[in-house]
Amino acid sequence: MKILTGNDLPTGDVIWWTGFDWSRHVEDAADVGEHGEAILARESGARRVNSAYIIEAEATAEGPRPAHIKDRIRALGPTVRPDLTLKPADPNAGDWVI
Amino acid sequence: MYQYDRYDQAIVDARVDEFRDQTSRRLAGDITEDQFKPLRLKNGLYLQLHAYMLRVAIPYGTLNSRQMRMLGHIARTHDRGYGHFTTRQNIQFHWIKLAEAPDILAKLATVEMHCIQTSGESIRNISADQFAGAAADEIADPRPWAELLRQWFTFHAEFSYLPRKFKFALTAADTDRAAIRLHDIGLKLVKNAAGEMGFEVYVGGGMGRTPFVAPLIRDFVPTSQFLTYCEAALRVWNRYGRRDNIHKQRIKILVHDLGAEEFTRQVEAEFAELLKLNMDPPPEELARIARYFIPPPFEQALDDRLDRSDPDFALWVDQNVHTHKQPGYAIATISLKTVGEIPGDISADQIDLVADLAERYSFDELRVTHAQNLVLPHVRKQDLYTIWQTLRDAGLAVATLDLIGDIIACPGLDYCSLANARSIPVAQKIAARFADHERQLELGELKVKISGCINACGHHHAGHIGILGVDRKGTENYQLLLGGSGAEDASLGKITGPGFDEDGVVDAVEKVTDLYKALRTDGERFLDTYRRVGMEPFKEAIYG
Repeated sequence: MKILTGNDLPTGDVIWWTGFDWSRHVEDAADVGEHGEAILARESGARRVNSAYIIEAEATAEGPRPAHIKDRIRALGPTVRPDLTLKPADPNAGDWVI
Repeated sequence: MYQYDRYDQAIVDARVDEFRDQTSRRLAGDITEDQFKPLRLKNGLYLQLHAYMLRVAIPYGTLNSRQMRMLGHIARTHDRGYGHFTTRQNIQFHWIKLAEAPDILAKLATVEMHCIQTSGESIRNISADQFAGAAADEIADPRPWAELLRQWFTFHAEFSYLPRKFKFALTAADTDRAAIRLHDIGLKLVKNAAGEMGFEVYVGGGMGRTPFVAPLIRDFVPTSQFLTYCEAALRVWNRYGRRDNIHKQRIKILVHDLGAEEFTRQVEAEFAELLKLNMDPPPEELARIARYFIPPPFEQALDDRLDRSDPDFALWVDQNVHTHKQPGYAIATISLKTVGEIPGDISADQIDLVADLAERYSFDELRVTHAQNLVLPHVRKQDLYTIWQTLRDAGLAVATLDLIGDIIACPGLDYCSLANARSIPVAQKIAARFADHERQLELGELKVKISGCINACGHHHAGHIGILGVDRKGTENYQLLLGGSGAEDASLGKITGPGFDEDGVVDAVEKVTDLYKALRTDGERFLDTYRRVGMEPFKEAIYG
């Protein structure tokens, strides 16, 4: 599947395209098929996302899992600071990245 | 230390106002990201993996407690409670909001700090020996010249569109603590036979994709002409640097392609022309700057002895304390390499504590080292025990300076958008594997340096043991290098062979150290043994 990601302009937070809005959680990301470029152009132009790009992801029971480790780290947060990730209470959250 | 005059302050304040306007226009949609990106980079603001990252310049690694406390305030108020000291003696904050960046720059300006030229194709923060002004082995404090360089090359119009970034480093001691031969220009303050001071000039060093140790192109340029000489070298590069190829833009490539002899000939010709313009500032300007670097009011006739009855304190003194030029005083290095922590990271509370120590015990002065540690440069020996107790209680009394636990690591793939692999977990695993202090002492001086990509921010080429993280078909892989040095015996590490996974490279490091112990002769450092026996025995131990 193909999903869209970028950063929120004012905060820099990592965000994912849900099909109708942007979410901070990769689990919410939608498969954009072949429409990625058009969505990026529209959303970037409206400043709803910054530095956005299309990535490959695997569809899993827990939601999309980005194909590349860099985007999995973006999705969760720094593996060396579990307290600063999106799942600070889950001691095994980093396993999803590796 | 240097204090801004009204011109310095006006320049920095104006830059804050300019960036505030640029940021508001970006947030309002009046300019695109493509238009905004070069503007924010000129103010040290990157977009990294999780957020914006702000890199704050710390000229020649020198700070006072007021500046340090402001960094703590920024960490606490605008970031997530910590900062990261870098191999360029700067500090980075990794969780900055764009909308708050102008306010942060405004706050930094109130303590005479900024982020100008910490990014982009510019002359970056001038780095220097972290012991400058305190070291017993220096011929003079090199920082007045570093400050002169900083002022000369800040907003230098001719060099506002360089082929690529450009880095200076200075030292005034035979022991090179600033890695001058791995910089675009490395300057070593020396005296000639007549007792006059000048600089040895090394040009064309660097790490990254294509590492080189800089050749010496001038063994003595008088201090009164050194700016003109640096200008000449930059002019030759600016004229002929390879702007057409991103991998060939640095001055080291030009020096290599032309050859040191031809490059030197061109610099000397340019220098001869520039001398006619009488460009170097008058001696009064250097004297004005130098007044900010006069030694602090040291007490005289202090007791030079030290009570070493506490064995843990004695260990720290032996490893982290260096000889000061003033009897009764010492230089104390505060390690940011606690086992389990992240090299170079420091919490806001620790920042405040170190600021307090500097204010109370070190004439209000601090230094940042390129090895991601901090220094109290001027402490009375009689205060060392109290300082150590305070550091110990804050988890900062790690006694591993220059041992295998004192690992340099870039932020790597945990934070950096350029990285291919994570550096920090590897550093943490090596630190944990060698956590036993006796074992570290037994190994002696052993500098491990880890980069998460070929850009080499973690100085892996200069590590006695270097580690380079690469991306192998989407998986992190780590190459091992042996034999590098950033010191006065500068050399570049060589790759041992096929790479490893994260645990594998830690095992390989252990095999290397085990063999070193078996092969070394009395007094031999790891680097000495490697240079004596070569790569083959180590390859056999690792892969055999």
